[in-house]
Amino acid sequence: MTLIEDTAVATSAPVTRPRRRSGPREGRTAFFFLLPSLLGVILFLVLPIIASLVLSFTNWKLLGKPAFVGFQNYVRLFTADPQFWTVLRNTLFFTAEYLVLNIIISVGLATWIASLKRGQRWFRVVFFLPTFTPGIAVAIVWMLIFAPGGFFDFIMKSLSLGVPNLLTDQTLAMQAVIIVSLWANVGYNTVLFNAALDMVPPSYLEAAKIDGASAWDRFWKIRLPLISPTLFFGTVMTAITSLQVFDQIYVMTRGGPGNATATLGYAIYQRGFQNFQMGYASSIAWVMFALIMALTALQFWLQRKWVHYDN
Amino acid sequence: MTTKARSPRLRARTALALDILNHGALILVALLFLFPFFWMVSNAVRSNAEVLAIPVRILPNEFQWDNFTKAWSQLPFGRFFLNSMIVAGSVTVITVVVSCLAGYAFARLKFPGRDTLLLGYVGTLMVPSIMLIIPLFLIVNGLGMVNTFQGVILPVAFGTFGAFLLRQFFLSIPNSLEEAALIDGASRLRILISIIVPLSMPAIGLLSLFTFIAQWNNFLWPLIVMTGQENATLPVGLTHFQTQQGTQWNYIMAGAALSMLPGIVLAILLQKLIYNSIALNAGMGGR
Repeated sequence: MTLIEDTAVATSAPVTRPRRRSGPREGRTAFFFLLPSLLGVILFLVLPIIASLVLSFTNWKLLGKPAFVGFQNYVRLFTADPQFWTVLRNTLFFTAEYLVLNIIISVGLATWIASLKRGQRWFRVVFFLPTFTPGIAVAIVWMLIFAPGGFFDFIMKSLSLGVPNLLTDQTLAMQAVIIVSLWANVGYNTVLFNAALDMVPPSYLEAAKIDGASAWDRFWKIRLPLISPTLFFGTVMTAITSLQVFDQIYVMTRGGPGNATATLGYAIYQRGFQNFQMGYASSIAWVMFALIMALTALQFWLQRKWVHYDN
Repeated sequence: MTTKARSPRLRARTALALDILNHGALILVALLFLFPFFWMVSNAVRSNAEVLAIPVRILPNEFQWDNFTKAWSQLPFGRFFLNSMIVAGSVTVITVVVSCLAGYAFARLKFPGRDTLLLGYVGTLMVPSIMLIIPLFLIVNGLGMVNTFQGVILPVAFGTFGAFLLRQFFLSIPNSLEEAALIDGASRLRILISIIVPLSMPAIGLLSLFTFIAQWNNFLWPLIVMTGQENATLPVGLTHFQTQQGTQWNYIMAGAALSMLPGIVLAILLQKLIYNSIALNAGMGGR
């Protein structure tokens, strides 16, 4: 819109004549500059998005001809698939517990690090390290820790806590996945929130201290509200990634024992690349996308209640 | 008199003691947090029988440091390492070049529909990558590029984030620098290469770093496309040995350590750049 106005102004004003002459040429330059990016985006982003939606209405199985089946995949998902509700429940359970723990732990660590007088950056690096390592390698190391008779069992036995082996227990296997995911990812939010805390003007805290506010009050009534926009950003991003959880589950449990740790991400892989049900797997992908949208929308709606933007 | 003089000193002492306690406690937490790294290395340098021994040993009976070289040659971790380098390196180079060009067009050139297109670019950032996996595989399959490097590289090398990031950075560079060059008859490409890119090294470095790490760590996409073991990237290669009979856990731990090394080194060396970039996110979270 502004572009059209600019050109109109340029035509009527003789002063900007040289700029007008460069107009079409600039357009051509822009076209060539954008071409590689546009080709890639169209072929590997726009086309796949459309294809994914179309596929979800077909029964394509990679070999053979696909046929249009309308909403049949979606109907089957919600009414006939014995696994789907378990998978959906597992995904929501993982997201809820992981998200809450991730935010609590990272805010805690960020605040703790911010309270230090020296060495802040080294603690940040320590907690950030797993973020920069392959999730698969992390999961493999943790699988050895959680293996039957492994280090985790050894500690539980030594403390004589009657905790069964996590990976082989129907109810506890998801807890193992959550522990690994937290270890692998909590560092990013820790650094994010720590950086936000660093931006809180010290004068605010000084003033509150002089007025007699306790450390507890300064945290809940000054620091937390001041970093709430960053907190919101971190929560939204973490929720989006946690709904897609896959790597840890592929390595540690393959969705088991039973279906105890099968999530939407794992179901898409299983249906798509083990059973080659491309159409059916695409419909699961769109359920996941809808879920991501819904959760993000919910968070944007809720933010009015707790996020403070200063002007 | 004496109480008055001692009380501030006493208070300073308690403050110092609390400070030391605070540091000490967090050091303890940090050490516990680092335990999985220790466990990985400790198991990489022992015999396989000792990895599986019950009850577990914290330290190996005998340190077999040559497990790292054995893992490198016996299981083809050397090959996986090279494959990962090729994939992550190529994606990074393509992403940077393509993003520089597109970012410059968005920042400096006028063309119809620019703002709408930019909005579209930003909008695609919301699409979850796992959703695109199936159609992307079908495209790669249709192009006959399954189990090839171009099949793994090209579909992930055209992300829209880079164009947006560099556009933001280019906008902060004063226009006057280019105007002089334009009057002298320099082409836009010339200007981009010799004026804008050298001034944008912090942003380009950041984009390179995060692209490289993301691809180095990527798993699902290379798992699906690289069907042959010899073409596997490190994360995919690691899982190949997981299900084999008589899994050599010590070598796998050595391979895992190897795969983590570049990320750990970069995270330590470039901690300032990483912190600044995340701090930028923290600052923008409020806007």
